[in-house]
Amino acid sequence: MLQKIYDWIDDRIDITPIWRDIADHEVPEHVNPAHHFSAFVYCFGGLTFFVVVIQILSGMFLTMYYVPDIENAWQSVYYLQTEVAHAQIVRGMHHWGASVVIVMLLLHTLRVFFQGAYKKPRELNWMVGVLIFFVMLGLGFTGYLLPWDNKAYFATQVGLEIAEQVPFIGEALKTLLAGDATIVGAQTLTRFFAIHVFFLPGALFALLAVHFILIRRQGISGPL
Amino acid sequence: MHKGKGMKFVGDSRISAEKTSKIPKDYSEYPGRTEAFWPNFLLKEWLAGAVFLVGFLCLVLAHPSPLEGMADPTDAAYIPLPDWYFLFLYELLKYQFASGNWIILGILVIPGIAFGSLILAPFLDNGPGRRPRQRPVAVGMMLLALVSCIWLTYTSAEHVDWETRAEQNKPIPPGESVVDQDHPGYAAYENSCLSCHGGELEGGAGPTLIGTEHTKEEIMDIAVNGTGAMPADQFQGTDEELEQLADFIIETNEAAAE
Repeated sequence: MLQKIYDWIDDRIDITPIWRDIADHEVPEHVNPAHHFSAFVYCFGGLTFFVVVIQILSGMFLTMYYVPDIENAWQSVYYLQTEVAHAQIVRGMHHWGASVVIVMLLLHTLRVFFQGAYKKPRELNWMVGVLIFFVMLGLGFTGYLLPWDNKAYFATQVGLEIAEQVPFIGEALKTLLAGDATIVGAQTLTRFFAIHVFFLPGALFALLAVHFILIRRQGISGPL
Repeated sequence: MHKGKGMKFVGDSRISAEKTSKIPKDYSEYPGRTEAFWPNFLLKEWLAGAVFLVGFLCLVLAHPSPLEGMADPTDAAYIPLPDWYFLFLYELLKYQFASGNWIILGILVIPGIAFGSLILAPFLDNGPGRRPRQRPVAVGMMLLALVSCIWLTYTSAEHVDWETRAEQNKPIPPGESVVDQDHPGYAAYENSCLSCHGGELEGGAGPTLIGTEHTKEEIMDIAVNGTGAMPADQFQGTDEELEQLADFIIETNEAAAE
């Protein structure tokens, strides 16, 4: 039955080459922990992506309750934390995932660096990876404000003051992020929400796509 | 991909009518013990992912995510602290050469050089050798940067008392106010104490009054004569009002303890 459905679809849209491109490729011996246990270092990249998926899913569920405005943001997070079934776990996953993703990203970066895996011909993929790191730090910075509690508010204020001190573009940069030259308030929260939920994830998905396509094109770097 | 004359298509589409093989390639001809990703290796990867997920969920269950009190922009006493992975940048700005007149060094030049050389690493370290020993400069710089980041994060986090911080900034449940605004002592509290000790006695510039161990007489004495960092003469009014004020603080404490 399933085979028939698959054949029916395959007849029409020729799906086999598409999934073959994605899924069907070789895993060399030196990256397979089943053969060499020390090859677990090659898991860091995949686990980083795994945490990113956790972040996306838990974040999607959080937005079902979260309200990005200064009256209700904190209230909605408090409600989520105390009233909604299992929401403490979902928010916990998003909160801890934000830290774990940085740790995994760091380990993945160090693995690639110390193995010299970024050398020719993989320079471009390394640069895309570092950009992913920056986007992730941006997600961490903007997401920190959203619960609108004291630590969020004051950390963001300090962050914006630092941005303001950048020569020439500092004040414009602060206004762009905060929505106002002096006030950290309602505008700041909606801007950070938009950046955290739309702008940066969009950039992240594009960069991840390039990262993965390049890996598939070039293959994993050989053993040292 | 098959191209050219004589191709047959499905209907008027661009899908080739010729069947491609659905059997995965045989990777046994590749060097070493090469394996197919789908489905052989993926099954093992699921296992690694599952173990990771169990560990991650244990962390989530053991440590519920923190939430402090609602943001209060007027709270001048709050000491800001970024998330842990920004602490090293934050700590850097406390050094003399990276703050004040040298702030550009701290916020742009030093992080710019560090992150700039990170992204340009393949071009700075462009020799053919991949082993760490074949590129001592690159590896040495990375180790130096890593140790500095860990050191900066450590010195920044070292003197933070996380438990006291969490205790002082506990959220006040909305709609569960313990303050009885009709109490005769509330007016005196509002006039003399609220600006520092908060509308819910939760503290602010001054400490929280919930959980105070002072007796009524001591509270009356402190309101007039001050204590510790609190200056004298905060309370101004009649003796009767002073007594009502102390009653109010003690009764609010009793209500909060319930």
